[in-house]
Amino acid sequence: MKNSICVKRKRVSDYVMYGLIYTCAASSVLLLVGIILYVLAKGAGQIHFGFLTNVTSVLRGTVGIAGNIVNTLYIIVITMLIATPIGIGAAVYLNEYTKPGRLVSLIEFATETLAGIPSIIFGLFGMMFFAQTLGLGYSLLTGSFTLTLMVLPLITRNTQEALKTVPDSYRTGAIGLGAGKWYTIRTILLPSAMPGMITGVILAIGKIVGESAALLFTAGSAYTLPKGISDILTKTLSSGGTLTIQLYLSAQKGEFEVAFGIAVVLLVIVLLINGATKLLTKKFDVNREKK
Amino acid sequence: MEQKTKISVKDLNLFYGENHALKNVSMDMKENAITAFIGPSGCGKSTFLKTLNRMNDLVDNVKITGQVLLDQEDIYGANVDTTTLRKKVGMVFQQPNPFPMSIYDNIAYGPRVHGIKDKHKLDEIVEESLRGAAIFDEVKDRLKKSALSLSGGQQQRICIARALAVHPDVLLMDEPTSALDPISTSKIEDLMEELKKTYTVVIVTHNMQQAVRVSDDTAFFLLGEMIEYGDTKNLFAYPQDKRTEDYITGRFG
Repeated sequence: MKNSICVKRKRVSDYVMYGLIYTCAASSVLLLVGIILYVLAKGAGQIHFGFLTNVTSVLRGTVGIAGNIVNTLYIIVITMLIATPIGIGAAVYLNEYTKPGRLVSLIEFATETLAGIPSIIFGLFGMMFFAQTLGLGYSLLTGSFTLTLMVLPLITRNTQEALKTVPDSYRTGAIGLGAGKWYTIRTILLPSAMPGMITGVILAIGKIVGESAALLFTAGSAYTLPKGISDILTKTLSSGGTLTIQLYLSAQKGEFEVAFGIAVVLLVIVLLINGATKLLTKKFDVNREKK
Repeated sequence: MEQKTKISVKDLNLFYGENHALKNVSMDMKENAITAFIGPSGCGKSTFLKTLNRMNDLVDNVKITGQVLLDQEDIYGANVDTTTLRKKVGMVFQQPNPFPMSIYDNIAYGPRVHGIKDKHKLDEIVEESLRGAAIFDEVKDRLKKSALSLSGGQQQRICIARALAVHPDVLLMDEPTSALDPISTSKIEDLMEELKKTYTVVIVTHNMQQAVRVSDDTAFFLLGEMIEYGDTKNLFAYPQDKRTEDYITGRFG
């Protein structure tokens, strides 16, 4: 009965591999949970209303990151206002207006390379070009311009990938009804590509929130709030450090409570961004409504 | 009763680069009749259909010579506006291709392209087009639902309604039932009978029984040539050309 199917053979290597793979899977989750718990343990105590709404001031004896939160918002809004239309426009051009060929592969190669350049190089370029040559100095605007260069490939690539998955039958259908190119793009292609564009935009926001190297040389590190309504626009020309920059500076000065406090805020923002991505891409997915 | 000629094709040649895909095709299609194109895969029947509303313009390296006259006007003439042409000559594709939007917006798409914005007017067109495509009763309670939630057969009738909504003269149908089940197919065939009262219908089909059932005239294509063209009953009963006979008796294809 040597070949009977009823004799279970023990395969030791299977058990070993199972154990190893299980450990790998578990460790990737545990590492994340571990970091989050560590940061929360160290920083959660720091989070209170005053920390979020005050600006650090020696005179008033307050410690807070309100200025950095506002600066982060400034940089997100300005960068996205510039990068989103350009990025989507470039993707539409690449996918709808040119024929695949040399030029398209060259542009695609360029965007991919742009995405792979270390951010400190963007920082260096931004400092020399936007701050010095254009005379914008250390300012939120310089920082935003620099980050625009950095996040542009994200938006372009994601939009382009999304446009590639739009079935050609939508294009021929629309053209068969007499629709022009731009009309087709506006009414059918872009709405269909919406989930991809949202993913690109949100990844870009995530990158902005997490960026420090490219901002250190460009946006500066001031942490004051705008002086009033009239200062809302002029503020863009003055220096402003984002949360990540402040975290770096605080840690350098040995103010670890503040650093961990900021870390908690950043973690929450990242979680919110991930949640928002899932929610929005689902909500705008026009192609998914099959029963 | 002699019927008026709606489309008249003269010495049409079409090249895909080096490939001579349509060779000297000449034929007249009658108004308010159903003309069917049959032939084996790759014989050029779909390509020919697409020349009738210039959908081949989208393909690279296509060269066309000859004339296609729609109501005596050459659609390949110098001053032709393809938007107006495609409004007059609508198209239904092989795969149902409703847009990823509501049923209502699908039907209203064409009218909106051509500048109709008035809500009441659009409501009217949507209802009349859906009725024209024999699907109004099935979808009237869910006009705001996505058209992608419908079955394949319903989607195809939505596409027909969408084509009707711009009030075309001619309806081109490229194997409109090849992706559908028999019940949906027979619904669409019944619909074609209705449609020809108002429209001139040209249909490509690889299904010979379908050509016999629905069409008034049939043209047989082989390797880019139009071999034989005439009254459907005649062509199937007394094919003049050996190749037509071989094809319709199932010796190849």
